[in-house]
Amino acid sequence: MLDVAVAYNRYQFLGEEFLTWLWYIIEKKQNLIKKFDNEFVALEVGNRVVFENRRKESTERITIKGDGASLEEGFLALSKGALVTELNMVYKSAELMWQFTLKGESLNISGLSSSNTGSPETDDDIEGYVLDKIFIYEKALQLLENLYTCFVKLRVSNTWQNKETPLIKKWIQSS
Amino acid sequence: MSILSNSVSITRYRVHGKINAPIIDNVTGGLIKNTISEIDNQISDRAVGWTSFDSPFQPDFDGSSFVFGNYFVFALRIDKKNIPAKVLKKHYTLEATKRMAESGRDYLSKNEKKLVKEHVISALSLRIPATPNIHDLVWNYDDGVIWFFSNLKVANEELESLFSKSFNLSLIRLFPYTAAELSADLSDSQHDELHKISPTRFVK
Repeated sequence: MLDVAVAYNRYQFLGEEFLTWLWYIIEKKQNLIKKFDNEFVALEVGNRVVFENRRKESTERITIKGDGASLEEGFLALSKGALVTELNMVYKSAELMWQFTLKGESLNISGLSSSNTGSPETDDDIEGYVLDKIFIYEKALQLLENLYTCFVKLRVSNTWQNKETPLIKKWIQSS
Repeated sequence: MSILSNSVSITRYRVHGKINAPIIDNVTGGLIKNTISEIDNQISDRAVGWTSFDSPFQPDFDGSSFVFGNYFVFALRIDKKNIPAKVLKKHYTLEATKRMAESGRDYLSKNEKKLVKEHVISALSLRIPATPNIHDLVWNYDDGVIWFFSNLKVANEELESLFSKSFNLSLIRLFPYTAAELSADLSDSQHDELHKISPTRFVK
């Protein structure tokens, strides 16, 4: 394994390509997500997307935020060579719903909120309540882990260059 | 940040290595040995240590109280005394003036100024209570996975350092490369390919 500090910078693009691919999957290939969750309802782009274009001399950063915001500017940024660096998502499965932001550079999760699980009524309920919370977080994190694994396997295969990249390019150009 | 907050941030880790049996006793030992120390009414301006999830201001790890089902749940606590800059300036100025009067000079050397500042910080630290910051942690021991409920750089660095000191295990933060290497279950040829890949151009 590479030195961690070196690898963090060297593979930053991998996380950002993952988020860009994830947006494409959300828009065009929801069936793929269903493979990882048999109670899957939806995965949607949430209320914040950040793009960065490092192909220019100075890094250009575009943030789109707000519920129901138009993502046209985002497609324009992608068409100029930007990648998604932060993606807020809404995930629905069975009766549950999660909203969170995933950062490409670190794969850190922030602002993770989930359907209300109530509150423990007594101290004796704490353990059960914590385990419920862990179960709920686990489900969202498991989906992300499965999607990342799927992406990485695709990314290191010939299919990435031969099939997936042309499809993503077409999606960017046609949006 | 608490697991029970309405909105949480999570940094994921892989734990490298295993704890010798009896596992729970040894984890308890590591926690107790590195429990946060109170620094109120002391000169120290900072303390870092473990605390209990359910009683963060009265840490208690006895009786496997940190074991929740298959998980270990506890917290990292970082206590810091924040002396407001204007308070520091006031007390520094007063002390420096007093020292100059005592010495009969109208100036202090660079070293004297440094000593005055250190003295003032120590004196104020005795009087100012520490602000505690608590970051919960869930350790799935069987899977070797930790969720740390903070994305703050300082908190994550403290966690990595204290975890290693407490349990003699290292934590590997999961970011794009490490997540691919450790969690994506790649074959040898896929690992080789991962080391060779370069950024994709999605535009002409």
